[in-house]
Amino acid sequence: MIASIGSRLGQAVLVMLAVTAIAFVMFRYVGDPVAMMSREDASPAEKAELRASLGLDRPAIVQYGDFLGRTVKGDLGISFRNQRPVVDLLAERLPATLELVIVATLLSLSVGIPIGVYCALKPDGALTRAIQTLSLVGISMPTFVTGIGLILIFAVTLRWLPSFGRGDVVQIGGWSTGFLTRSGWASLILPSITLALYQLTLIMRLVRAEMIDVLSSDYIRFAKARGLPSRYINFRLALRNALMPVVTVTGLQIGSLIAFAIVTETVFQWPGMGLLFIQAVSFADVPVMAAYLLFVGFLFVVINMAVDLTYTLIDPRLRTRRA
Amino acid sequence: MKRGLMALAGALAIMVTQSAGAQTLRWSAPGDAVSFDPNAQLDSFTQNIQLMVYDTLVRRNRKLEIEPGLATSWQIVEPTRWRFKLRPGVKFHDGESFTADDVVTTVMRTIDPDSRNKGNLATVVKAEKVDDMTVDIVLSGPYPLLLNDLTGIFVMSKSWLEKNNSMKPGNTSTGVTTFASTHANGTGPFKLESYAPDSKTVMTVNEGWWDKPEHNLKRIEFRPIKSDATRVAALLSGEIDMISSLPLQDVPRVTGTQGFKVVEDPSLRLIFLGFNWKPELYADPGKKNPLLDVKVRQALWHAVDLDAIQKRIMRGKSRNTGTMVAPPVPGYVADIDKPLAFDLAQTKKLLTEAGYPNGFKTGLTCTNDRYIADEQLCLAIAGMWTKAGIQVDVKTESKATYFPRQDRGELDVWMLGWATLPQMDGFSVLSGIFASRKDGYGGSNAGGMVIPALDDLARKTAVELDEGKRRALMGEAFKIAKDQALFIPLHQQPLAWAMRSNVDMPQFPDEYVRPWFAKVN
Repeated sequence: MIASIGSRLGQAVLVMLAVTAIAFVMFRYVGDPVAMMSREDASPAEKAELRASLGLDRPAIVQYGDFLGRTVKGDLGISFRNQRPVVDLLAERLPATLELVIVATLLSLSVGIPIGVYCALKPDGALTRAIQTLSLVGISMPTFVTGIGLILIFAVTLRWLPSFGRGDVVQIGGWSTGFLTRSGWASLILPSITLALYQLTLIMRLVRAEMIDVLSSDYIRFAKARGLPSRYINFRLALRNALMPVVTVTGLQIGSLIAFAIVTETVFQWPGMGLLFIQAVSFADVPVMAAYLLFVGFLFVVINMAVDLTYTLIDPRLRTRRA
Repeated sequence: MKRGLMALAGALAIMVTQSAGAQTLRWSAPGDAVSFDPNAQLDSFTQNIQLMVYDTLVRRNRKLEIEPGLATSWQIVEPTRWRFKLRPGVKFHDGESFTADDVVTTVMRTIDPDSRNKGNLATVVKAEKVDDMTVDIVLSGPYPLLLNDLTGIFVMSKSWLEKNNSMKPGNTSTGVTTFASTHANGTGPFKLESYAPDSKTVMTVNEGWWDKPEHNLKRIEFRPIKSDATRVAALLSGEIDMISSLPLQDVPRVTGTQGFKVVEDPSLRLIFLGFNWKPELYADPGKKNPLLDVKVRQALWHAVDLDAIQKRIMRGKSRNTGTMVAPPVPGYVADIDKPLAFDLAQTKKLLTEAGYPNGFKTGLTCTNDRYIADEQLCLAIAGMWTKAGIQVDVKTESKATYFPRQDRGELDVWMLGWATLPQMDGFSVLSGIFASRKDGYGGSNAGGMVIPALDDLARKTAVELDEGKRRALMGEAFKIAKDQALFIPLHQQPLAWAMRSNVDMPQFPDEYVRPWFAKVN
C-alpha cells in the first residue's frame, strides 16, 4: 500500500514537471507580457529594460529552471497583471470555483441518477424517448450557448435570478462562501445548471446503460423468480451495482469540472480560477498561467490517485495486486 | 439539491432584482482595476478607476481642458523649474491634511527607478518643498507638457504610505507588493470601501471633498463583466445601471428597449495603417519594397472605400479621418482632415506611374481582439486592395502575439490605434510614431521609417514652450505625413455606453468614466 502510494507520488511529480515544461515552451507563443505592460508610446530602451528586469530576456530553459526552483520553495511569483503574489490570487479564487463545482456535481448526481433509472426501467416509454432526445441536445450544446440562453430567460426576461457574479459572500477564515446568503444561492443556480448539464446527461446515460445491463443479469432474474418486491430488486440490488462506474466517472469529472469551468466562469463573471486564468492568458501573465497549470496538473494526479485507492478499498480483489 | 430548490423558490418569491437605491450607481465594464497602486501599472482603465479616489495637481474639466486641481496656480520660475501653489484645507480620506510633503512623496514615488509609470514623468528630475503649500518640480530641460503629464499623477498621502510601509512602489520585477495595491487613500470625490478583483469594487462619496460636487451619488458599485453578452444582459435585467462599453451590434437592441438609452461619440482613439520601410517586403522578398514610393502609398489610400467601411462595418458610428489625430487633440488641423478620395482609376494611374501596372504583393496584418471590429476592418481593406489589383496576404491575430511582432517590425502593412493618452496631445504622435527610433523617440515607429524633417519637428516641439508655435510645429508634421501618405488614417473609433434612462452620465472622447459628473435621478 505504502509502496503503491510512493510510486504514485513519483508519477505525480513527473506529470507536473511535464505539464509545466510544455507550458513554458508554449508561453512564448501566447504573447509578450512586455508589450502588454508597456506604455503606448514606450521607447524600445524602456521595453528592453522591463524585459530584463522581469528576466524574460533569458532562454526559456533558464526561466523554467528558475520557476521550478522558486516553486519548490513555495513561491509562485507575482502576477504581471495584478501585481500581487500568485498564491494569494489562487487562494482567493479557489472557494468560488470549488463551491460551483460541488453544487454542479450534486445537481448532476441527484437529477441524473433518478432519470437514468427511470429510462432503464421504462425503456420504451414516450417520456424516455423524449428524455433521450433532450439529453443529446444537452450533451452537444456548447456551454456558452446554454449559459447565455439561461441568462436571457431567467435574468433578462423573467428577472428571477442574477445574470452574473457570486452575490454576497461571507468570509470564514480565508474561505469566502456564497452558501450562507440568499443572493449567494440565487447566483449559484444558473452557473451550476450550466456547468452540470453536460455531466448530468453523461451520468444519466451511464446509469441507464448500466441498469439495463444489470437488470438482464442472472441474479436479478433469480430475484424476480423468488418473487422479491420489484422496488427491492430495482433499487437495492440493481442500482447499487450499476453505481460503481458512476462513482469513478464522477470522481474524474470533478477534476475536469474544476479545470474546465473556464467557459462557465467567463459567461457568468464567476470570480473563480477559470476567470483568473482566462484574464491571465489575454494579458500573457506568465506567472499566473504557470501556477494555474501546475495546480490543475496536481489536481488531476491527486484525483486519479484517490480514485485508484478507493478501488482497492472497495474491491478486495485489487488489494493484493500492485496498482 | 433540496436546499438548491428552496433557494430557487426563495429567489422566485422575492425577485432578486432589488430596486436601485437612490443615488447608487452600479456600473460595469469589460476590464477591472488591476491594482490600486498608481505606480504599479500602466493600464488606462485602472487609472480611470483610481481617478475616482485620487486627485491630481491639475485636472481635466468637462471639456477636457486642463484646470486647477490640488494646485491652485503655477508659474515657470526658470525653464526647468515650475512652482505650484497648493490648495489649502484639503484632507485625505483618512483625515490627514494635504501638504507639500505629499506632493514631493508622490512625485518621488512616481520617478522611483522601480516605478512602473515613471515614463509618465520622464522629464522630471525631482520635486522640492518650498513651504507647506508650495512645491517646485524640477525638469531635465524645457518641457511644454508637464501639466498634461500631471493630469495622470495621483497624489498620495505621505503619512499613510509611511504608516503602511508602502513608500516603495509595487513592482512585479522587484517582487514588491504593497498595502497600496489593494487599498487607497486619496483626496478624491469617492472613497474606496472594498476591492475584490473581477468581482466588485465599492466606493462611497467623500463628504469632505474640497470641490463642490456636481454629482448626486452616495455610492458606486463597480462590477466588471468580461463577457459582452452577459454585460448587456446584466444591464437589461436591471442589475446594472450603466455599462461603459456596449458592443456595436447591441446598440439597436438597447435603444429599442423601454427604459434604456445609448450615448455615442467618436473616441480619441484613431485607427490607422502603417507601412514597412525596409528595402524588401516580407511578402515578396528579393524585390524592391514598393511601399517606399509615395505614389504606391497614395494608390493604396485611394483604394480604401472609407464610406463603405463606415456604413457597413462600423454601422455608421465611426468618424472617418484624413489626419493622424482627433479634433479635440492639440496639433489637429482641420484643413488636412479630409481623406484621399476612394478612386480606383486614380489608384490604377498612380500604380502605373510607379511602375506597378499589374499591382504587387504585400502582407496586411491586424489584431482581432484589440480594436472595434478590427478583424472585419482588415479583411474588408484586403478585399478592396485585391479589387485594385494588389495581391494581399492578409492575417489577423490576437493582440498578445500581434503587438510583439508589430514592435519588432515584422509586418508589411499593419494596423494601430492611437489615442495620444494620457497626455492628450499631438506630441505623442510626433515622438512615438513619426520620429525614427533614436534617443528614446520612435517607440512605436516599428516599420523603420526615417523622415529627417519629422525627426527635427519632434525635437523642436519637445522643447517649445510657446503654445501657438508648438501647435504650428505639430501641424507642419501632420501635413508632411498627409502629403507623403506616410500612414493611412482610417477613422476614430466609436464609443458607445448604455444606461438606464434615469442615469445621466456624460461621455468623454478619452473613454474615461467620470462619475463625479454623473446624476442618478
